[in-house]
Amino acid sequence: MKELEVFRKIAANPFGYAGEIKKSGKKIIGTFCSYAPEEIITAAGAVPFRIFGTNETITRADAHIQAYCCSLVRGGLEDALSGRLGFIDGTVFPHTCDSIQRLSDIWRLNGKFNFHFDVIMPVKLNTQSARTYMCDVLEKFRRELQESLGVEITEDKLKASISMHNRLRENLNKLYDIRMTNPGLISGSDIHSVIKAVMVMDRTDAAVATGTLVAHLENPKQGSLKAKRIFLSGGACIHPDIYSIIEESGGVVVGDELCTGTRYFEGKVSENGDPVKSIADRFCDRLVCPAKYFSNTARGDELLDGVKKTGSDGVIFFYLKFCDPHSFDYPYMAEYMKKADIPNMLLEIEDSSGSEGQLRTRIETFISTL
Amino acid sequence: MTEKSDNTKIRSVKRMKEIMTAYYIDAKTAGQNGKKVAWITSGGPVEPLIAMDVIPVYPENHSAMIGSTKMAIDLCEKAEAMGYSRDICSYARADIACATVNGGPIGGLPRPDFLVCCNNICGTVMKWYEVQARYFNVPLFIFDTPFIHTDFSQEARTYVVKQMEEYFIFLEEQCGKKFDRDKLKDVVKKSVEAQRLWKEVLATTKHNPAPMSAFDAFFHLGLIVTLRGTETVNDYYTELRDEMNERIQNGIGIIQEQKYRLLWDNLPLWYKTKWLSDTFASHNACLVADTYTSAWSFVIDMIDLDKPVESLAMAYSNVYINISIDRMYENLSTMITEWKADGLVLHSNRSCKPYSFGQYDTARRVSDEFGIPTLMLEADMLDGRLFNESQAQTRIDAFIELIRQRKGE
Ligand code: SF4
Ligand code: SF4
Ligand code: SF4
Repeated sequence: MKELEVFRKIAANPFGYAGEIKKSGKKIIGTFCSYAPEEIITAAGAVPFRIFGTNETITRADAHIQAYCCSLVRGGLEDALSGRLGFIDGTVFPHTCDSIQRLSDIWRLNGKFNFHFDVIMPVKLNTQSARTYMCDVLEKFRRELQESLGVEITEDKLKASISMHNRLRENLNKLYDIRMTNPGLISGSDIHSVIKAVMVMDRTDAAVATGTLVAHLENPKQGSLKAKRIFLSGGACIHPDIYSIIEESGGVVVGDELCTGTRYFEGKVSENGDPVKSIADRFCDRLVCPAKYFSNTARGDELLDGVKKTGSDGVIFFYLKFCDPHSFDYPYMAEYMKKADIPNMLLEIEDSSGSEGQLRTRIETFISTL
Repeated sequence: MTEKSDNTKIRSVKRMKEIMTAYYIDAKTAGQNGKKVAWITSGGPVEPLIAMDVIPVYPENHSAMIGSTKMAIDLCEKAEAMGYSRDICSYARADIACATVNGGPIGGLPRPDFLVCCNNICGTVMKWYEVQARYFNVPLFIFDTPFIHTDFSQEARTYVVKQMEEYFIFLEEQCGKKFDRDKLKDVVKKSVEAQRLWKEVLATTKHNPAPMSAFDAFFHLGLIVTLRGTETVNDYYTELRDEMNERIQNGIGIIQEQKYRLLWDNLPLWYKTKWLSDTFASHNACLVADTYTSAWSFVIDMIDLDKPVESLAMAYSNVYINISIDRMYENLSTMITEWKADGLVLHSNRSCKPYSFGQYDTARRVSDEFGIPTLMLEADMLDGRLFNESQAQTRIDAFIELIRQRKGE
């Protein structure tokens, strides 16, 4: 499928792609999390570039951060210190978990980038004062970005950016819907490549390319795949092999609530009213991340909804080792699944080079019981 | 190992134990006396609770007790069996498991009527309190203090002050009575006094030989954590300070022949305090101060009794671990100078990522700027399975050797 080539290529070599963008004269802003206000970055004429952490051996980061930290943080720092992220003009750190919080300090003190932005968002999202504060910090970020990049982020630019990002999100939503109803049409690893590529691409190009892909897939074509339907729950999935392992084991991913998935594109930013406030509202209302608080049971309820909507047979909790926010939620979310009679399993991955054999055996065993 | 002598006995310990016992009895019988119990994080704004006659209970302090009585591994394993990862904070693991079995040295904490969680120490407490809010099915108030990387914005200020008002309303709902602002003022006044007295107690160790050590400070800290804002605390710390001054006058040090003065960073190893203090003492080294027990006194100057609501909100947002590593370094470097430290011991605490990440940079900066040796001890505050005693012994010996060499001995 030629419509996929562009994504596969970028996902396989995001740094190479960024180098090209850089040559075109655009600024690149590194991001760490799905709370990064991409609409504002795009409106400033820059490209948000999601950092996932290296697959290479850690040699430099160990001098700055202990090994008991997730591979996203440790690997991201390694990329920064090794110079592999040299194309980045600055980095934005939305405040989330304890590890990212300290990474921001270490990054600011050791990374040699021109700009550093801390967007210190509220940790709770369920009160009016928190919403107001969310809006305030995004306004503050807008001002800081304007100043650093020497551009004006006008109301019009923001609105255009929001509507383009909405289009992109809508395309990704459609892609997920297509997979949900017809999982044979596109493989899990291809979906993963699409998301991974989108998160580093010039978003306008991404909106166009995803549009083309969706239009192509929407042509009525029947794939009849008999496989167990799997839902993925967790943070950033940095292990593309997991999709093919699942498929080779007789399963297929039909939905997720990952940061490299639904949490990234779920929810629309309102195109009426104050743009910054609308961006803030989406952050408060969309699928909540475990490092933020909406209610005591929001994540359990949302997972249950997702599983039901996708008609999933089982849930795989997919976590990075040393990720506190997700680990804390696991027992109760697993309990929720148990009560609803939904089989589930936990996979904890140290980094993307983890031992594949063991992973395969565990996934095969799980799927065979469904 | 040094001979045990009476010098290591601090009289006030007895009184401290009495107060803590009375406090826990009070808390455990609160229901019978028609009082409300709130669980609150150690860095949380407790003064409004005291002003409302609510008994504050601190799971972190309780977890520390679980650690000192060496009951932690058992409870941590229990939490792991419940599905909690071995990599999350051991205070949380111990507490979550303890609540389900009423374990630990005092048969568990009294059931909370509501929970107050302030994230000025970490994001972990929010996850931990969510677990307990589900378990006990009680209301949870989150006091959200935006982290300070480089500055505390005007926007953040507005947000925390607003939350202080929301907190009062929450308390009115929970307690079914009006919030008494005059009483709050009085409690804040006592709390500031407690922190001032505590600072004075800690300052006595600037003296040579130090009349007490950081290990003693860890123990005596209990009251400032649990009861600040009450008269009892202030009487107690006055007594403790006077005892320390008396020791100074009589030239009594906490260890025999103290030669080296060391600083400690991060939480203690609750199950190993005696071993550690003996090991350092055997080298004539005393841990004279630490960043953890001092954390309570770094912000007292921010509290303005004429504006208790606003200044309280600001002080709680500015506490030691809610700030960036470069800001923490400023506090640490002042301590190194004021306590004339010969070396710095950093506990790289697997449980506490916000306190530990950044220590490598801090240690490097300390040796660059002060030239003093630093020692990184990899361990955990509760989980003894992560501590290797013989390795620690070897590293401590080598560290002291460096200090000796530097002093030309
Ligand atoms: S889990 Fe939360 S903090 Fe981590 S990347 Fe996702 S949204 Fe960000
Ligand atoms: S939320 Fe988890 S995976 Fe994401 S940065 Fe924090 S610790 Fe790492
Ligand atoms: S030890 Fe650290 S992580 Fe655990 S509750 Fe205390 S501050 Fe939070």
